Amino acid sequence: MYVAVKGGEKAILNSHRLIEDERRGDRGIPELSIAQIDEQLGLAVDRVMTEGSLYDRRLAALAIKQAQGDLIEAIFLLRAYRTTLPRFGASVPIDTGRMQVRRRISATYKDIPGGQVLGPTYDYTHRLLDFGLMDDEAERCQAVSAPAEVDAAMPRVTDLLGRDGLIEEETAEPDETPIADLTRDPLTFPAERPLRLQNLARGDEGFLLGLGYSTQRGYGRNHPFVGEIRLGEVAVEFVPEELGFPIELGEITVTECQMVNQFKGSKTKPAQFTRGYGLTFGHCERKAMSMALVDRALRCRELDEDATAPAQDEEFVMMHSDNVEASGFVQHLKLPHYVDFQAELVMVRSMRAAAGAKEAAE
Amino acid sequence: MSAATAPVATGGPETGYNFAYLDEQTKRMIRRTILKAVAIPGYQCPFGGREMPLPYGWGTGGIQVTASVLGADDTLKVIDQGADDTTNAVSIRRFFERTAGVATTERTEEATIIQTRHRIPEAPLREGQVLVYQVPIPEPLRWLEPRETESRKMHALAEYGAMHVRLYEDIAHHGQIATAYDYPVKVNGRYVTAPSPIPKFDNPKMHMNPAIQLFGAGREKRIYAIPPYTRVESLDFEDHPFEVQRWDEVCALCGSSESYLDEVITDDRGGHMFVCSDTYYCAERQAARPAAAAPWSEAGGSAK
Repeated sequence: MYVAVKGGEKAILNSHRLIEDERRGDRGIPELSIAQIDEQLGLAVDRVMTEGSLYDRRLAALAIKQAQGDLIEAIFLLRAYRTTLPRFGASVPIDTGRMQVRRRISATYKDIPGGQVLGPTYDYTHRLLDFGLMDDEAERCQAVSAPAEVDAAMPRVTDLLGRDGLIEEETAEPDETPIADLTRDPLTFPAERPLRLQNLARGDEGFLLGLGYSTQRGYGRNHPFVGEIRLGEVAVEFVPEELGFPIELGEITVTECQMVNQFKGSKTKPAQFTRGYGLTFGHCERKAMSMALVDRALRCRELDEDATAPAQDEEFVMMHSDNVEASGFVQHLKLPHYVDFQAELVMVRSMRAAAGAKEAAE
Repeated sequence: MSAATAPVATGGPETGYNFAYLDEQTKRMIRRTILKAVAIPGYQCPFGGREMPLPYGWGTGGIQVTASVLGADDTLKVIDQGADDTTNAVSIRRFFERTAGVATTERTEEATIIQTRHRIPEAPLREGQVLVYQVPIPEPLRWLEPRETESRKMHALAEYGAMHVRLYEDIAHHGQIATAYDYPVKVNGRYVTAPSPIPKFDNPKMHMNPAIQLFGAGREKRIYAIPPYTRVESLDFEDHPFEVQRWDEVCALCGSSESYLDEVITDDRGGHMFVCSDTYYCAERQAARPAAAAPWSEAGGSAK
């Protein structure tokens, strides 16, 4: 006799217990602390903060721990927390020109005012497994500090180009122009650049990496150069209404990428270089660069270029960049679809019966 | 949204969150959208959908709508595939038990709000009830036109020719309209609307329904509505009128020949049986009939 499946609630509770147990793993091995994740898996924390749109290293580390290192799940946890937070205002735009730079490179000029600062990077490491890391008791090498302080004056490379009019001017929106907020209002198209950049900033690194890569392979080619990548700390300032002047709330680490792209000119504009922009929390260079490539590709409308490639299609890019949305909808296929499947079964059977009857008649 | 203007939070059983999870400002925004949706039946109203603590695609739109219309004295029923005990229905019901502490029920007639995925209950709804649908893709034209900018234009101009061509092509190729669920409807003679992935069997129940029907799509950030006693027609042709699914069998548990049936595979030798997808409807009918063994189980194939 068939008995309808009951006990969903109990199964769910038991599943929660099981996953908690599996997360902890072998009790003989010390439990991972939030501080350890923050300190020793810092780049994972950076990614979760960036795509989770919340700058809080401890909470991001907690999310990573809770998600067993599944970063997209961790991003989801952080987002779901972020959306409940009250908003008391918007900060003054951060000034990356006044960044305390830890890393700054340009691929367009050999020497630049302020110099190139290699800083921490895996770029020139040989990807050989370091078996020394297997021993978690061993002494680790200490970084040597530079004999001279990094130059305080670090003009942006794109500003240097701008002096000769070789690169398009970037004018800030007037302060009174309201900037759309994609976490509060639904997306509408066509979308302006600030909204696109918001979307790209929280967009999935892998998705943007693939799209950025596709522009390099000819799907919306725009001849990019890394004008500059800089990593360091910037102050976040806020103007409380009752004071009327900015006060510093604290410091955040950001990675900024300014791409310089060729532009042959159009009927209304002479040939000049154009810009693509990427900015992330923490140290996420791959993401910042991909974002800059896609930002530039999405500016095709404004620059009178033909939009032929996926990376130039803002509806395609913006509707599919969010990994929390994408992950949810892809995985919802795990939910029961008995009713729809039954509807399909009935239809396929009737179509097969109709086809069979027709064949028999012929 | 300063603290001064925020209404006092009435704490649910889950401390630290507002009643029914969403803050009052967000609920107000959603209620405004619902009012607009009710005023323009079948029209998809964009809204500032929030990130919910449940994944997108798992009912976040329906949950936000329910959270916004839910009051402390409401009685909530949650179904998925017609059943109250499917895992996601259990999870959503538990979410509202935790965050709002409202009474829940499996009894269709007792519920003031029914959140559903993929079904409309078999028992007729009454005035005052709210049926909240979870919607994955709110745009019925999406499979014809993937671009939102274009499909919005098509709705604005009531340019639905492409949809009729598609249905016609189905008939030309297959001799019938090959859409078994999420079958497009026209609401109040104006907007072509997605009924959400309910089987077309349920489409006629939407027509002139005394309950309010609200549709929430969280990921796509759209809300739409069918007010009570509104015309809802399933698209068809004069010579190919709209038809719903029929079964040769009856429910093996309650004997109903009028309800939507799920097929249950009973062994690996082709044995199968049919049972009601609406578990509450089925249980009520089983309780009402005499204790004698069900003679219907014979009809369902090799079920024992």
